[in-house]
Amino acid sequence: MVAEKINKANEEAVKRMMSAQPTLVGIGTAGKDIPNMTKKTILHAGPPITWDKMSGPLRGAVIGGLIYEGLASNEEEAIALAESGEITFDSCHHHNAVGPMAGVVTYSMPVWIVENKTYGNYAYCTLNEGLGKVLRFGSYDQEVIDRLKWMENTLAPVLKSALEIAGEIDLKTMIAQVLQMGDEGHNRNKAGTSLLIRELAPYIVQTDFSNEVKAEVLKFMHSNDHFFLNLSMPAAKCSMDPLEDIKYSTIVYTMARNGTEFGIRVAGLGNRWFTAPAEKIDGLYFPGYSEKDANPDIGDSVITETYGIGGFAMASAIPIVQFVGGTPQDAINYSKSMYEITEAENDTYKIPVLDFRGTATGIDIRKVVDTGIRPIINTGIAHKDPGVGQVGAGLVRPPMKCFEDALEAFVKMLEEEGVV
Amino acid sequence: MSNINKLFNSELKVINIGLEKFYQDLKEQKVQVINVDFRPTAGGNKKMASLLSKLM
Repeated sequence: MVAEKINKANEEAVKRMMSAQPTLVGIGTAGKDIPNMTKKTILHAGPPITWDKMSGPLRGAVIGGLIYEGLASNEEEAIALAESGEITFDSCHHHNAVGPMAGVVTYSMPVWIVENKTYGNYAYCTLNEGLGKVLRFGSYDQEVIDRLKWMENTLAPVLKSALEIAGEIDLKTMIAQVLQMGDEGHNRNKAGTSLLIRELAPYIVQTDFSNEVKAEVLKFMHSNDHFFLNLSMPAAKCSMDPLEDIKYSTIVYTMARNGTEFGIRVAGLGNRWFTAPAEKIDGLYFPGYSEKDANPDIGDSVITETYGIGGFAMASAIPIVQFVGGTPQDAINYSKSMYEITEAENDTYKIPVLDFRGTATGIDIRKVVDTGIRPIINTGIAHKDPGVGQVGAGLVRPPMKCFEDALEAFVKMLEEEGVV
Repeated sequence: MSNINKLFNSELKVINIGLEKFYQDLKEQKVQVINVDFRPTAGGNKKMASLLSKLM
């Protein structure tokens, strides 16, 4: 009886995931477009966390965010302000937003606006800064702040203007295409970035900006293979949010990390987080760095795996093993093993090398606990200290405790209702 | 001859359940063997197995 209720609820959950229509509808600013933002609100990746418990890269990004907003003029002032209690820190996920790595979003930052046309809900994400010394990896020197200002004052206005001419862009079709082109939508975004440039370039040239500015914008996008990540993430986010509060569903609709803790949320358990200490990443390091330098797992980008792409589609992106480690066969095995813990096979996102089998979709906490197989995530590695940046990339899994605690809470809820 | 000796004097066809090492060893010895990738529910965690059983 209870199994029937759960199975029916989970069918509804994956139906909502697969019927979602994530669509890029424009560019706005965090302060104007993201719900409940104030000038002193700082959003961050992962489950909620207080300043005193934040990891190095998240602290670094907060420091950078406060300097960028003009709320502090240097590191010391920023730390004092962060410690003062005047700043409201909150999870991006509580504001319909997602952010890669530290995921810091502040009032003035430009954001992509993505609408799920099927359910009418929105998701927001900042624009991607590139790799290396960038805010999302905890860097905050003048070069980082200058780039953020250029993105606010040049990149975003040009892209906004181009989008107004181009009209909406269907991200679902684009993600389906990039899986056929060697991307998986999390750590390999070469194809997605290329397709986005192809979509936007004809309209960028029609804007009223100078040729020099248009060239700068195109070069910036061209130089950053991860530019599309900040679109695959809100596409996933707005596709997953309609799962919140599907009674009796055991499907995971959020996975996220703040660099200290990993958190999940389950459709049948509303917006409650189940957290455990974030794990170390097994990865490849840039020259001069090793695992001694690494911060534990961080970022909202695991929303891609939650949605059934990213690590779940690694078999679509064999070359990624040169970035995150492992062999081509490993990539195939990772994708295949995810069918053991999911409800369905995706009807849109297909993996060519698996005879165009749909990606594993809809993580079921029951199956994770039963099999002991945890979701596979490929991810960037941030330095553990503020101000350094990215030091590598690799593979990681969520702590099993998140799923065990969620299962326990789920059964307890059913017991209280007299269902079991 | 006891039944067990009869068995070992005949050609062995083995189904290995669980630890893959036993399967690999037999395979190396050219014994006909297949492996069943069996794991106990929740890795043998009794509390979790009990919770899962309530949802059956």
